[in-house]
Amino acid sequence: MSIDIETARRVAKLARIAVPESELPELANEFSAILGFIEQLNEVDVDGIEPMTSVTPQRLKRRDDVVNDGGQQDAVLKNAPDAREGFFAVPKVVE
Amino acid sequence: MSELSKLKISEARDALKKGEVTSVELTQACLSEIEKADALGAFVHKTPDVAMDMAKAADANKAGGDLNGIPLGIKDLFCTKGVASQAASGILEGFKPEYESTVTTQLFADGAVMLGKLNMDEFAMGSSNETSVYGNAVNPWKRGNDAAQLTPGGSSGGSASAVAADLCLGATGTDTGGSIRQPAAFTGITGIKPTYGRVSRWGVVAFASSLDQAGPMTKDVRDSAIMLKAMSGHDPKDSTSADLAVPDFEAALTGDIRGKTIGIPKEYRMDGMPEEISKLWDDGTTMLKDAGATIKDISLPHTQYALPAYYVIAPAEASSNLARYDGVRFGHRAKLEAGDGITEMYEKTRAEGFGNEVKRRVMIGTYVLSAGFYDAYYNRARKVRALIKRDFENVFADGVDAILTPATPSSAFELGAMKDADPVQMYLNDVFTVTTNLAGLPGIAVPAGLDKNGLPLGLQLIGRPWEEGDLLNTAYALEQSLQFVAKPNRWW
Repeated sequence: MSIDIETARRVAKLARIAVPESELPELANEFSAILGFIEQLNEVDVDGIEPMTSVTPQRLKRRDDVVNDGGQQDAVLKNAPDAREGFFAVPKVVE
Repeated sequence: MSELSKLKISEARDALKKGEVTSVELTQACLSEIEKADALGAFVHKTPDVAMDMAKAADANKAGGDLNGIPLGIKDLFCTKGVASQAASGILEGFKPEYESTVTTQLFADGAVMLGKLNMDEFAMGSSNETSVYGNAVNPWKRGNDAAQLTPGGSSGGSASAVAADLCLGATGTDTGGSIRQPAAFTGITGIKPTYGRVSRWGVVAFASSLDQAGPMTKDVRDSAIMLKAMSGHDPKDSTSADLAVPDFEAALTGDIRGKTIGIPKEYRMDGMPEEISKLWDDGTTMLKDAGATIKDISLPHTQYALPAYYVIAPAEASSNLARYDGVRFGHRAKLEAGDGITEMYEKTRAEGFGNEVKRRVMIGTYVLSAGFYDAYYNRARKVRALIKRDFENVFADGVDAILTPATPSSAFELGAMKDADPVQMYLNDVFTVTTNLAGLPGIAVPAGLDKNGLPLGLQLIGRPWEEGDLLNTAYALEQSLQFVAKPNRWW
């Protein structure tokens, strides 16, 4: 499977990673090489096989739906690039 | 004084208990070695003050566990409260967690001393420690008198380099496709990836959540047993953590493997395998047989599909896990131009913060999960994963207790050697290790010998789920037969 430049551009956009136009051809080539490697999986007969979910069968643990943590606004905001008045600040989202 | 950093964990523990040495002395010895070893690029955030405080506390505490007073290095992937934890990525520049990972919490509760944070591939994505934002970690081993700098392997390259060079007594690593075992093999040390779910992932920066497991990297099998016990156990904060008792792994080390059955998988004898590795594997097989084990030829027919399945599943999970690095809650945010909105903030932040290998994997993951491709790639890979797991279940059901394989397809290669290679060439490093991550099984790399250039080579043992004690004992028996004692010549 060969990935074209348009697909590379679309994937970069979906992944929210800015890729300069000049780097798209190289990126498309790398994707093609990796996907070519992955294509081998088509040789395997997977009819009737359930996708693997866990090493030993176990139900995901559930806990009581109660508040067990909180009141840590300062700690939560401590590493934020821009925190103001107890909130994470970001560029304007709504017009 | 410098001799103290060469001690094994078990030796230091016993000396501490007898009062022959103090943790302060051990810690000072390691800190002094670390100061002289910047050329190895192993320790990327040094924490001497934290270390000395912890050492003094350990010396005052007569009730600590096996690791009381033992100086360790911690991979940068583990969140350590108030200490930089960057996963070797630019996007976590300046990040100092407000919390402590479960693994480091348990190690410190046992009395362990943290010397600092260790280099690694960015977000644990790499096999050579060359994708780190800090620069390369370097292997203390060299090819004879050749000055070329070699990779310590990856992603736990800093951990491997630090343990092999005696900068610390042991280190934490993490293993998603071979990131403990491949670097252990490249540097002549021991490293175990436990069964998935044995060690809590809470507070370990996530790469591929269904594959990631932390484990110890140490100077011998006994030390791995000691450290693994302290790292293991159920954690309600990790929903995939197993609610199983943790056995005393060290007590399992009897060296008696009579009556055990060791499987030798024919699919691991790859075309073009170097003669030395093939011979080492045969020698290891003979040693286990001489120790009383039964050797059985086995087949794991889906082995060749492990790497391609891994390179769908791991990037898919990474693309999801790494979505959190958006410049809002922690780490780097790009400087914005007038008129830039939130989408530009995400795109520029991630373009600046992530390195090339991470970007590549996030985008591959995005692609295989995108509409129209999810079934063809992601679900198919998960089904192949089930078949790989079934291969192992079949041989275990046939009475096999452990499987012996080479750890890596080559010895350590030169830093920079893969610079112009196709990314897939680098991925092939994990060909022998990645199957156990997919199947969730425990695997251990043990140093086995030197190649013609004087570089270490390792053997891998793969065990039954949750039977790390038995696996460690088989590794211990192999270690006793191999008698690997070589050390790198100091050049740093």
